[in-house]
Amino acid sequence: MSRVLIVCFDRADSLAAIGFGQASGKPFDILQLTQSAAEGTGAEKIYSLGLPTFPPADYLANALSDFAKEYTWIAGVSNMRSKDVLARLAGKLDCAMVTDVLSIESEDTFTRPIVAGAIIATVQVHATPVVLTFRTSGFKAQPTDKASEVIEHKFDWQGVTKRLSENSRGGGRPDLAQAKVVVSGGRPLKDTETFEKVIGGLADKLGGAVGATRAAVDSGIAANELQVGQTGKIVAPDLYIAAGISGSTQHMAGIKDSKVIVAINTDPDAPIFDVADYGLVQDLFEAVPELTDKL
Amino acid sequence: MKILVTVKRVVDPYAKVKPLADGSGIDTTGVKFDINPFDEIAVEEAVRQKEKNADIEIVAVSIGPAECEEQLRKALAMGADKAIHVETNDPLDSSVVAAELAEIVKQEEPRVIFMGKQATDNDHNQAGQILAAKLDWPQATFASNIEFDGDRVNVTRETDTGEETLSMPLPAIITTDLRLNEPRYIALPGIIKARSKPLEKQERKTDVQPKTTVLKLELPPERPAGRKVESVDELISALKDRGVIE
Ligand SMILES: Cc1cc2nc3c(=O)[nH]c(=O)nc-3n(C[C@H](O)[C@H](O)[C@H](O)COP(=O)(O)OP(=O)(O)OC[C@H]3O[C@@H](n4cnc5c(N)ncnc54)[C@H](O)[C@@H]3O)c2cc1C
Repeated sequence: MSRVLIVCFDRADSLAAIGFGQASGKPFDILQLTQSAAEGTGAEKIYSLGLPTFPPADYLANALSDFAKEYTWIAGVSNMRSKDVLARLAGKLDCAMVTDVLSIESEDTFTRPIVAGAIIATVQVHATPVVLTFRTSGFKAQPTDKASEVIEHKFDWQGVTKRLSENSRGGGRPDLAQAKVVVSGGRPLKDTETFEKVIGGLADKLGGAVGATRAAVDSGIAANELQVGQTGKIVAPDLYIAAGISGSTQHMAGIKDSKVIVAINTDPDAPIFDVADYGLVQDLFEAVPELTDKL
Repeated sequence: MKILVTVKRVVDPYAKVKPLADGSGIDTTGVKFDINPFDEIAVEEAVRQKEKNADIEIVAVSIGPAECEEQLRKALAMGADKAIHVETNDPLDSSVVAAELAEIVKQEEPRVIFMGKQATDNDHNQAGQILAAKLDWPQATFASNIEFDGDRVNVTRETDTGEETLSMPLPAIITTDLRLNEPRYIALPGIIKARSKPLEKQERKTDVQPKTTVLKLELPPERPAGRKVESVDELISALKDRGVIE
């Protein structure tokens, strides 16, 4: 009987897992590493580890390789921690892996973006099990009241990596990858304080998350975990506001699935205007504070 | 200490690419190729480590068709000591690449491997982790700082929520992220000068077959064209009409 295991690092992952589990058309279980899984996931079993924090990839892949063997698909949300751990798991199980799944076409065929989302590839895998990471925007959840059996689970940990320190920011704003509203800023934001005041100010007014371009991150204006794009986070909010962002293919790769895109840029020819639903040609230092005030 | 760095030939990351009309591959007419930007960061990091520690030897490896030699020459020009080209026209996926690299590791016995976190053509982010599993070496992906400390290496890596520092016993695999460094610029004369450095050609050593096949490539659905608004007020009312703000 084919079966899916969804590896969830925290509660947000378990929320994102619902839609994928449903789209798989297979019974699915959740392995919940930290926190507790969300209610109403529709999973048959939730193996809950209740860890305070998740261990490094070698420990996790070792533990998972035994546990996951019985499953047809072993999946996780396409984020950095899943890519780190699940690709190692694919190596241990010597099985196929498909990263960034956009849609499930059949039992063995999936679509995924390549070259910064410029092209969509249809990929077939030749054997099971398969390891997958999925983009959440393609897998919307239907409400379910199916109850899950929650099982406390323990692993026998083995690994050699030591974690010396961990620095988790966050600052009380919603998670970038899940947020309904994202306000992002680019290179012209000058410094951390200006970025926080202008971009953070509008984000807080809208109850949204803050994002940034690589140019902003590289010049130290914004924290690295805020980078949106091909090699950063993929976002799919209802509203994406890009202020002082030119619209490079690498940045666009991370925002294409947003419902409404707003661009504020002084250059009327900036490529971001080709994809923005609403474009405002104006200085962001005037337009953004005015927007924040009037909302 | 020997550092192995991997070098993939990819389409210019700044070029606009599209699929061939029949969907069988990427249309590369008129498109330049370069080292995968993340591999370039890996090469740069190896060279910077060597600048701090003259005992380091850097071996760059590329797997793929004859043209990969160009990218290996560039890695040599950046400061690698030797290059190995596993020349093949076979279809490759991450698991084939990892299997071939595992053979190179047996042959070269590096203490550490630097790889790009992902290649900007397939955007997979798999090969480093798969190789680490195959060798049963510890891994640190998304590296933004690397410091050797005797028999261990300390790596600061980017995470979904910030960063962390891992300490791993050697040998180990590290995959590089953008913040690790900014690769040096290599002018053409530098590449020509590096021609005297050794570049070994090898055949594939395994018959591992890909576990995935790309059936077709197509353009993503286009976003419908938007419109310009004249003022913040017009923007607010447009967003209200769309129901995305209250
Ligand atoms: C391998 C690789 C991976 C990459 N991955 C990513 C990624 O994941 N995410 C990412 O974002 N980038 C990524 N990049 C970088 C990308 O190519 C661009 O360099 C970057 O996105 C540009 O950022 P930007 O729009 O902030 O800066 P710029 O391109 O410099 O644009 C700044 C814009 O601000 C406008 N502007 C200036 N002043 C004002 C003002 N006062 N008011 C309003 N507008 C103003 C300008 O007109 C301009 O359009 C990657 C690049 C490579 C090679």
